[in-house]
Amino acid sequence: MSKRTTSLTIETPEGVEFSYDLATPVTRSLAWAIDIAAIFVITKLIDKGTESAVKLNSDWTTAIAVILYFVVSIGYAIILEWRWHGQTLGKRVLGLRVVDAQGLRLQFSQVILRNLLRIIDMLPLIYLVGGLACFFSRNCQRLGDLAAGTIVARERSVRPPNLEIVAPAKYNSLLAYPHLAARLRSLANPEAVGIAVRAVSRRDGYDPLARIDLFHELAEYFQSLVRFPDAAREGLTDEQYVRSVLRVIYGGSKG
Amino acid sequence: MIIDLPRFVAAERPYWNDLHTALRKMEAEPERRLALEEIQRLHYLYERCSSDLSRLDTFSTEPELRAFLESLVSRAYSEIHETRTKTKFRWKKTVLAFPRAFRRHMGAFQLSLGVTLLGCAFGWFALHIDSRNRAFILPFGHADTTPSERVAHEEHAKQDPIQGVKATFAASLMTNNVRVTILAMALGLTFGAGTLIVLFYNGVILGAIATDYITGGQGLFLAAWLLPHGSIEIPSILMGGQTGFILAGALIGWGDRTPRIQRLRAVAADVVAIVLGASVLLIWAGIVESFVSQYHQPVLPYSLKIGFGLCELAALIFFLGWAGRE
Repeated sequence: MSKRTTSLTIETPEGVEFSYDLATPVTRSLAWAIDIAAIFVITKLIDKGTESAVKLNSDWTTAIAVILYFVVSIGYAIILEWRWHGQTLGKRVLGLRVVDAQGLRLQFSQVILRNLLRIIDMLPLIYLVGGLACFFSRNCQRLGDLAAGTIVARERSVRPPNLEIVAPAKYNSLLAYPHLAARLRSLANPEAVGIAVRAVSRRDGYDPLARIDLFHELAEYFQSLVRFPDAAREGLTDEQYVRSVLRVIYGGSKG
Repeated sequence: MIIDLPRFVAAERPYWNDLHTALRKMEAEPERRLALEEIQRLHYLYERCSSDLSRLDTFSTEPELRAFLESLVSRAYSEIHETRTKTKFRWKKTVLAFPRAFRRHMGAFQLSLGVTLLGCAFGWFALHIDSRNRAFILPFGHADTTPSERVAHEEHAKQDPIQGVKATFAASLMTNNVRVTILAMALGLTFGAGTLIVLFYNGVILGAIATDYITGGQGLFLAAWLLPHGSIEIPSILMGGQTGFILAGALIGWGDRTPRIQRLRAVAADVVAIVLGASVLLIWAGIVESFVSQYHQPVLPYSLKIGFGLCELAALIFFLGWAGRE
């Protein structure tokens, strides 16, 4: 089994990396459930439309209905993914998008191929083949995606942390040293900052001793990056220091 | 290293906005050709934004900014590094893409034809060694009557057997045959094994029916019945098999050192062109099967039906063999 990842990173020839967050099989299933519902509604509309026309010519009306059902079942995802740049109704609702696995422009042939190959991903029932392929493939691709060279990515909605909760705008002794504050902003590791934000947000739920240890470690990490003068740290507990650091880091961008 | 982030953002934002505007314009008008100056500017903006993104790499403070820059760089990357031609719909080009793709993968078609012929031989052999096998092999109630009985019945029929359901019958034939073609293509992902089985099975049925009618002395009826629609339908399903073998070939990649994703990417457009082309042919075949093939002498003379079928086959061979040759 390939080692599964939650994101696909693409490195450009210029040496710059960008990444896509991969959609999980569960969110993809939910999106498809919405699409199935949409297809059901469309076929019901076709039923309604042909019901009245049957009286005029039953044979031709039934023939048109048979063809329309087929076109809707095969063409729904193809048309929408092409017109909406990789999204169907379900994918749009859940913030998913089909993109080229190499970060290039999504081609019409890729859209058609991945959707025609759905016929094999759906076998033997309820997407068992496609689900297993998603599970075993590195980038959560069903067979249609593997053949067409596509992935389904989650659209990012990056929300900054609520500063008023994690680090209220009070007097911050660290800001008295703007050159050190700027250095801290540029050196702080994004992951460590993320951990600090989560630690502050959930601090009331921690065991008191674990809370002290955690913030002590975080404070040591931030001090190892930039050493503020003792005067700036005077009277601050480790937790208060970490919150001041977060205010420096996030507050700096508002400048 | 960025020391003063606000100043960095203020200095670079005009370039990001420029790139954003250029990309939006390109996405809104994908068919527009850029002037040399526009291309140079786009490339400059892309490189500048890439550089900004890498400078921002260690910055944890600006997740939104980073996401924005990543999105800009990824969009620009897809426009600049894409070497495949833009999808531009042109009737002539689209129609000719089908025979061109067909000819590029003639080996896969020959394999498809070979497997079907092997199935036909098996069908012939199965009926030849024991005629009781027709009960197991022949589909759609063909085993219930002998060919002679069916021919006598069809030629003396007083009523149109599909009166009032001709269009529905044609629609069912079209959708069913297109589905079989897509399935033959999709089963190529089983490294061709599934495609092989579908084609062989079709061949067995075809061979058994042909043997049944020819040994029953009804070869002329068989030709007149099958040729009008079969001359298009059978090659179309073979083309479905062809695309299955193309996919299988790209998956297996004998002697090809390029990565699998590249091999699949290289054949994707051809596979789609052939499947779509075959599907269009199957629409025609469905109409002919319902409105022509089901009528026999004296309503439609056999010579006329056979002649019609042969003309269709000749036209198809000409189209696939010569259309769009450069």
